[in-house]
Amino acid sequence: MKAVDILTTAIGNSFRSRLRTTLTVLAIFIGAVTLTTTNALGTGVNDYIDTQITSIGAPDVMNVSKPTTPVDEADGPEPYDPDAGSEVSTNAGPPGTTVLALTDDDIERIRGVEGITEADPLVAVRPDFIQWQENGRYQLSVSEFSAGVTLDLAAGSGFDRTSAELEIVLPESYVDTLGFASDEAAIGETVEIGVTDAVGDQRLIEATLIGIQNPTLVGSGASTNAPLTTALFDAQQTGLPQESVSQYASATARFDPDATEEEIQAIKDSLADAGYAGTTVADQIGTFQSVVDGIILVLNAFAIIALVAAGFGIINTLLMSVQERTREIGLMKAMGMSGGRIFALFSTEAVFIGFLGSALGAGVAIAVGSAVSQVLADGFLSGLAGLQILTFAPASIASVFALVMGIAFLASTLPASRAARQSPIDSLRYE
Amino acid sequence: MTPSALRARNLSKQYGTGEGRFDALTGIDLDIGEGEAVAIVGKSGSGKSTLMHILALLDTPSSGEVRVVEQDAATLKGRALNTLRNATFGFVFQQFFLNPHASVLENVSLPLKIGRVGSRERRKRAMETLELVELSDKADSKAMNLSGGQKQRVVIARALVGDPRIIFADEPTGNLDSATGAVIEKLLLDLNRERGITLVIVTHDADLAARADRRIYLKDGRLVDALDEHATSRGRHL
Repeated sequence: MKAVDILTTAIGNSFRSRLRTTLTVLAIFIGAVTLTTTNALGTGVNDYIDTQITSIGAPDVMNVSKPTTPVDEADGPEPYDPDAGSEVSTNAGPPGTTVLALTDDDIERIRGVEGITEADPLVAVRPDFIQWQENGRYQLSVSEFSAGVTLDLAAGSGFDRTSAELEIVLPESYVDTLGFASDEAAIGETVEIGVTDAVGDQRLIEATLIGIQNPTLVGSGASTNAPLTTALFDAQQTGLPQESVSQYASATARFDPDATEEEIQAIKDSLADAGYAGTTVADQIGTFQSVVDGIILVLNAFAIIALVAAGFGIINTLLMSVQERTREIGLMKAMGMSGGRIFALFSTEAVFIGFLGSALGAGVAIAVGSAVSQVLADGFLSGLAGLQILTFAPASIASVFALVMGIAFLASTLPASRAARQSPIDSLRYE
Repeated sequence: MTPSALRARNLSKQYGTGEGRFDALTGIDLDIGEGEAVAIVGKSGSGKSTLMHILALLDTPSSGEVRVVEQDAATLKGRALNTLRNATFGFVFQQFFLNPHASVLENVSLPLKIGRVGSRERRKRAMETLELVELSDKADSKAMNLSGGQKQRVVIARALVGDPRIIFADEPTGNLDSATGAVIEKLLLDLNRERGITLVIVTHDADLAARADRRIYLKDGRLVDALDEHATSRGRHL
């Protein structure tokens, strides 16, 4: 029998007992819908996180801090080390995490690490309010990620690193609040930022609004350029003793933007040898992605369990089919059909049933999923611009087809090899 | 002497071992020439079906030698065996073994499909064969909608379509009334005479056996010269 004849005969055979084929296809359909949907969910969320990473960008920036040596509680209190520096709390890690404060000496040392081109203390500025033309004062928080970050802008331009002007980028939610007519109208306006110094005096600093930022997953704070950060920080520290001024939770270090994974790892290792810990933005966001991947993996596992159950359905269907067609198999063998071709006939039938199930499953999942995803994107996920919670990638759909048809083939091996091994004479005698 | 189509030497077949051992065939020597019509006659359990199965290479003997068109069956394996079955043999069964849901044409062209003949050529040859058995008007009917006699003619067409040298017929008239049975008998014997196809008929029908060129009698797995009066239901015609 030619391959094309095997294919058409197998397809014809699978339609011979319609109800049984339909039920088996239905079982596969359920698995395929689940798998397609969970894959789409993974793709959707990860795509969103990817755009978030590029929006915070800064592929050439590393956050450097000085981790505290973990204290082994069982050994009792650690001896005092006058050179260890003081601990400051940080927002990197779980709440209550502390790191050792970095001093100006540390910054110098970080600058000296091979591969680091530039290092600046990351200062926490805590402005009191922002206002525009007496339209009222509103709270403002400044994103700590500011330095070197590429922003996903709705209007205006990003920071020019050579600019000495005091510049700020605000999230979109400030546009209405501060009284601007539109995103575009706000660009170029001068806003006033209030900050309280160490002795309690409030100071006003003027900055130019150069961009409006799309809502993002990480931080809804404003971003300031280096001169504005310095100005705000200086204002806030006015009146503090000098040693307190030069204590930082972390520093921002730049490296070659073209650095490979290995080179970045080498820089991290050198930092670790010097007693510092470096994390890139990708590292921080990557944690999100591993969590998402983990959840998707569990969901996929459920879908695969459904498919394996469907696989047993295929085995059952085909065993019945082989049983019913015992004589036909015997006849075909008597007429010179080889066992291999009989095997191919039955496994092709299973693979075709798998194909039907995955085609229906993927089709329905895509149709329903796209609609639901659009409704969600316009509805209660509208706060996260650009998030399509279900994204159907051709590659992942192709992999669903391959997986389902693979499972179907595996399921067919038992019944098909049983059919292939049948002796023609026993099959023809079978009543 | 005509060339040999089938030859058996000292053929034996046993089932089981020890106490439960059953000798289905013992010491069979047999020659069937090309173009002969031979009836293998015996009552049920005499081993006639087993003998036919072994001659048709559907079963292997426990000992002895089988030669099919001058080839030793024991040396035929895999592809060669399948090709020989497909090209040399045609089968007619008492229970028809048609695919009831497929059309007559599809049923008839099954051996050609297995023999890797292209679909256009399959259709042409199947239609020619159906004309020969006078069923071309039923080509597109489902096999299950035919009468018993029509079904057996489809089976004969299926046996014939591959242009075989030997047709094995296992009780070809067993499921048919005598009038229809006579039509099938005539069809098979005409094929034998006109086309020179070797015909091996397994039957307990004495009428059919009487019309063959030669009869081979089997009793308890051994060849005998003739069956006694009560050996078959219609033994008195012999």
